[in-house]
Formats: sequence, structure tokens, C-alpha cells
Amino acid sequence: MAELEMIPIYIMGKRYIVPNTLTIMGALEYAGYTLIRGVGCRAAFCGACSTVYRQEGDPKLYIGLACGTLVQPGMYLTQIPFYPADRAQYRLEELPATFATLVRLYPQVLKCLGCGTCTKSCPQELKVKDYMAAAMRGDIARVADLSFDCIMCGMCVSRCPAEEAQPNIAILCRRLYGRYLAPKAQHLAQRVTEIDAGKHDEALAKMKAMPDAELRQAYNTRDIEPE
Amino acid sequence: MKPEGYTPSMRESLDRVVASRPARLHETWPMMSPADKQEILRKWHPDFIPEGMRELRVGPNKGTRTPNELANLLEGHSRLRGVELDLEQVDYETDVLIIGGGGAGSAAALLACQHGAKVLMVTKLRHGDANTMMAQGGIQAADKENDSPAQHYLDVVGGGHFSNDPGLAEALVRDAPGVIQWLEGLGCMFDKQSDGTLITIHGGGTSRKRMHSARDYSGAEIMRTLRDEVRSYPDQITVIEFAPAVELLLDDKGQAAGAVLFNLETGEHLVVRARQTIMATGGSGRLHYMGFACTNHYGATGDGLVMAYRIGAPLAFIDTMQYHPTGAAYPEQIVGLLVTEKVRGLGAQVCNIHGDQFVFPRETRDVEAAAFIRECKERGNGIRTPSGFEGVWLDSPMIDILHGPGTVEKELPAMVRQFRRFGVDIVHDPMLVYPTLHYQNGGVAIKPDCNTSIPGFLVAGEASGGVHGRNRLMGNSLLDVCVFGRRAGTTAGQQFGAVELGKLTLAHVGAWEKQLAAAGIETAVESPLVLPDYARHGR
Repeated sequence: MAELEMIPIYIMGKRYIVPNTLTIMGALEYAGYTLIRGVGCRAAFCGACSTVYRQEGDPKLYIGLACGTLVQPGMYLTQIPFYPADRAQYRLEELPATFATLVRLYPQVLKCLGCGTCTKSCPQELKVKDYMAAAMRGDIARVADLSFDCIMCGMCVSRCPAEEAQPNIAILCRRLYGRYLAPKAQHLAQRVTEIDAGKHDEALAKMKAMPDAELRQAYNTRDIEPE
Repeated sequence: MKPEGYTPSMRESLDRVVASRPARLHETWPMMSPADKQEILRKWHPDFIPEGMRELRVGPNKGTRTPNELANLLEGHSRLRGVELDLEQVDYETDVLIIGGGGAGSAAALLACQHGAKVLMVTKLRHGDANTMMAQGGIQAADKENDSPAQHYLDVVGGGHFSNDPGLAEALVRDAPGVIQWLEGLGCMFDKQSDGTLITIHGGGTSRKRMHSARDYSGAEIMRTLRDEVRSYPDQITVIEFAPAVELLLDDKGQAAGAVLFNLETGEHLVVRARQTIMATGGSGRLHYMGFACTNHYGATGDGLVMAYRIGAPLAFIDTMQYHPTGAAYPEQIVGLLVTEKVRGLGAQVCNIHGDQFVFPRETRDVEAAAFIRECKERGNGIRTPSGFEGVWLDSPMIDILHGPGTVEKELPAMVRQFRRFGVDIVHDPMLVYPTLHYQNGGVAIKPDCNTSIPGFLVAGEASGGVHGRNRLMGNSLLDVCVFGRRAGTTAGQQFGAVELGKLTLAHVGAWEKQLAAAGIETAVESPLVLPDYARHGR
């Protein structure tokens, strides 16, 4: 591990001296901020804390999650906690899982320039451009697969010159895939039918009524499905 | 500073883990006997640290042992002390008010809406900012041929040390397959074989492989799907973000009748009048019980418990918290964050500083966590980190050896990314882990239909207590929020029509202040907490 050092960073243009072991989120709090927006799960699952920053002597804009990015000396940053992306209105159960559905709900899909700015701006390192290309081909399964780890932070939307709504297009595709294109679990449907028909009532009632000692015995001697 | 991975002294121990791996691949550590489990829990589980708890002095649970941090909030003053509020000025009128925008709240909103209710969902942060979003490993349901709801029930109550409310445990397992089918219909992408068979694995304390997953974004997949579905009903469900409830409202007949909200951004108070109120505010990991780091969402401050307690709703099992055995112990930036139980479900073993196993990897969470703590604190076999933390190894590289190269990347993409961000490659190197505060086992006492002792007041999800007894199994929390969220929404949807609301009142808040004074409680605490205090103050 490198030695602990105090380093300067710039939060919305204002200079603060913070320990170099902190994440951006830790540094904001170290600087004295009580976060309301721009903070969520603090574990890179929720997309609340996307942050745009530059590094000293480098004109490039970088994007990272405040909870998942270490501070660097001279880092110059702001959080973008909300971005007003377009979301179409739909009822999933009324939609055919087709290319036509995508184009009807999100006509901008066809305007993607393929510039790849979205991919460069994704803090999850997803191949956003590739899934948008799949969307343009109507390959819903591919969009679903490539976009699966999307945390819907909206940073691709913020940088897109074609004003796409990538995360919303992606979740539509994942839901269409999950409901219509993925094969249905037959054993699941069968079990639900059994339960609805009362087939498991007796076994459950028996288990619930079991005296404590007997229940403990049943638990401690139950067979465990092998690996 | 660049992330640098493990230090040389940690590497020395890692070499021993690598050296013992070929032998360990053929070695199964025995499970503990029931007596050994009780012994290790009593000695090493944080719930049994006597100075960490005290008895409540007021309210329906007077005399109940409660963690200090929660007791301080439960015995706090109302945030509305000294606030002028005209309850005749109603800002929102609704059939069903749902407090909390996580998994349980969203499921409740959808079902209440299906039953014809006009729904208002209010949430402290964003819709979907919740522990549901962060659940990685999976969701249990007995839907395979060798399994049954009764078998699931046995695992649930055994895992809960036979303390669970039987009616709630039954509801959990009975509804489980239906919940998976509901989610499948909403478009959740569960892991499946090409013929549609759901891929299921073991979790700690399961006797059948019934853990369903969506890679290691299981909770995120469920949460974002439910959120998207809620957004499909904008005329029936209104969502207000950054507007936590700070006090419940009753009417002059003693019925729950809505809540007072606090707009976090403008400081304004808002009055909601509702014929049914569902509390779905989740847990309280951000109270850092016993000084532990936690896996929880920023908003997990137990607000719902405080508000419910103040209207007289009793709490159940509030002296028991879940410490997840595998919280990250290194690198420093992610200390306390969750390392999913799926890692052990996929076959990774746990090793000490010598590279030796010391516990069966899939004991129930409380037992597993206690065993890790003992290995470090009693036996001195933990691995120290440069910033003073301690942990044991979770041998993730075993997974690719057992299941083929690429499995870790495919099954655990969130974990791979989480550690890689800070310089650790879990495909090739084990992770250092230590127990972390994860879940509030107890909460407001509910009935199987989610009603409470207060008419018109329902609770669902982590804010409720009794389903899991004194210990919850992996995969039963995502299930809980869906099962009881749906039940709460259904119940409220069926009940709201018959409710005649009287005059709104905050008389219970005045009465509460009198109780505090009568008990001689002098405190500066105002509650609910709303946000944890992480900002550094002063120099």
C-alpha cells in the first residue's frame, strides 16, 4: 500500500484537502457534505452517485461512481445525480416482443450514430454502443444480455449526441426478453398449480402443528441434497 | 493513489491458501452439531454482547432488550416538536399510502393498484434506493421436483432456531413459487437452462438447491423490474421521492390515517391523508450496531420502526440482527460491503491465515459469522490488513476449478467489478472477508395479511418482524419483500373501501412526549434519524 497522503481535490470548483485513500464519496463527506442526492447504496448497484471529473493536466472528461472511484490529486469533479432521460409509457403485457415495438416506443433508436460516446461514459464498462447496435437490428436478446449489468445511472444519456435513452431502451428489452423470449420454467408453473389446488396444504399444516421437539428432530435429521 | 492489491505479508498467507487448495478440493469440513452451534452463537455472535443492548423504558416493548443505537432512537423526541402544522390542510389525499420505495413498497403498490386503489408511494431517497437493489445472491422458492413448500418451511424455521411465527413462515414458503412466476411474467431475467428450467443452487442452511439468481444482480434485477412496472401505472400510482415520512397520523377513532412528510430538499412538511398506510421502510444497518460496518443502503436508518412504535405498534425480535459472514475486509474502500453468499454456494471454501479450513462454508449465517469471529478473536488465525482490519480468506478461485474457467466472471460480475475497481482480481486471488451488519431480523409485529395491532396500518418487508425469527436464511429476504409486499398491497386494496376516516390527529405525539417525561427520559435525540451522519464536522 502506498503511504497515506493528504491531497487537494476540487469539488465543483472548490478546493479541499482529503486523504488519498478515500473514494470520491468518502472525500465529499470528509469535506463536510451531508449527501442527499448523489448517494444511494454506496456499493455500486444503484447508479445514484455518478460523477464527472477531470484530472490535473488532462483535458479529458472521465465518469465514475463516487462510491467506486478513488480520489486522485488535483481531481476536479461534480456529481450528476439525476438525468431526465425519455421513458416511453407501456404495459408490458400488451407488447409484442418485436423490433417494431422498440421503434414505436423509442423511435430515436434508429438515430444512433454509433459514435461510442456511451460506451466510453459507462461507469460499469458496458458495451453500450454494441447493445444499441443490437437494438437497431431488433436483436432484443442481445440487448438484454449486453445491458444486464446496467445500473441505470444515465451517464450514457448525458453524453449522447443522438439523445438516446439507452438505460430505458435496455430495460424494455430485458423485460421483453424475460417475459416473452426466454423459455418458460415448466416446473415452476406446475408447482404453482399444485399449490393453488391445495396439494401442499396438508404437508404444511402438519409441519406447522408439529411439536417443537419433533420439529427439531426433523430439522436436524433432514437429508441434504448433494452438490 | 493507485489501487495495489494485496500486501507482501498478505501474499505470504495467500501462498498457503494456494498450496492447500488441491487437497481441500477433496475435503468437506463437517457441519456443526446443534449443541456446538448454540455454544458458538452464545460465545461469539454479536447479538450476545451484553453491553450492546439495553431495556426499553417506554412504549409497547417496555422492558425488551434492544440494541443501544436503536433504543436511543425509539426513545427519541418527535421531529415535529415545535413545528406548526395544520392537519386540515391536506396536501395529498389517497386510498393507500406506501412509505418506502424498495422491493416491498413497490410490490405493495402494484397489488394495491390491481385491487383498484389510488396509491401514493413516498420515499426518502429515490424509488428503488433500497437494500433490495443490493441483494446479490438470490431468492428462494421450492419449485423443483425434489423440493416442497414444507421442506422450505423446515429450513426456514430451523435456520430461525424454531422461533419464527409459524403463520408468517408458512406464508413465505407457500407464496414463494407464485412470486417467482409473477416476476418471470414481469420480465425478470432469472438464470435458466436452455429448456427454461430455473438454475438453482444451495445457500447457507438450505436442504435443497432452491436459490434462484439473476447473475449476481438478483436484487437489482427484481428492483428495477418492479420499479419499471410501477412506472407503467402513472395514473394510479404517484411516487414522491426525497420526501420521507417523519411521523404517522391517526384519526380520532384510533385508525392509521396517513403521515407527515418532510421534503428533504425544501424543508417543507406535507400532510398525507390515507385510508390505509403501509410501512415498507426496510432495515436499520446504518445504525452500525455494536460498531459494525454494514452492507446496507444509505437510507437504512430504521425510520419505520420509530414511527410505528410511536403509534403503539409492538416490535418483535428486535434484539436480533443478522451479521453476514462475508463482508469485504479489504481493500479499505469497500470494508463492510457485501460479498454474496453465492460465492460459497458455488463451492468456495473459507480458510484462515495458515490456508486451513475451519468451518463448513454453508452453515446458517449466524453460525458462520460467529465461526469467523472466533477464528480471528480467539484463535488468532485472522489475516491483518494495513488499515487495522482483520479477516479470513474466501477462496473464490476454487469456483473456476470446480465449474470451469470463466464461471466467476459469468456468475459474479458485480463482485469481480467491485474488487477490480480497487485492485483485487477475485478470479485468481481469494477475497478477505469478515462479518458485517446485514439485516434486521425483527421489526414491527405483523399478521400473515400484513395487518398490525393498529387498524389501517400494515407493514411489509425488512421493517416487519417474525417471518425469520432469530436468523434469516439467504434468499429469504428478496422473497420476503415480494411475498409480504404483495400481501400488504392486496390487504390494503381490499380494506380501504370500507374505511371511514375521522379527524386527523397527532395527539399520539403529544402523548409520547408525556410518556418520555414520565419515564424520566432526558434526551437530545430527535427521531426518526432519516439520514446517517457521515459528514466530518469541524477540524
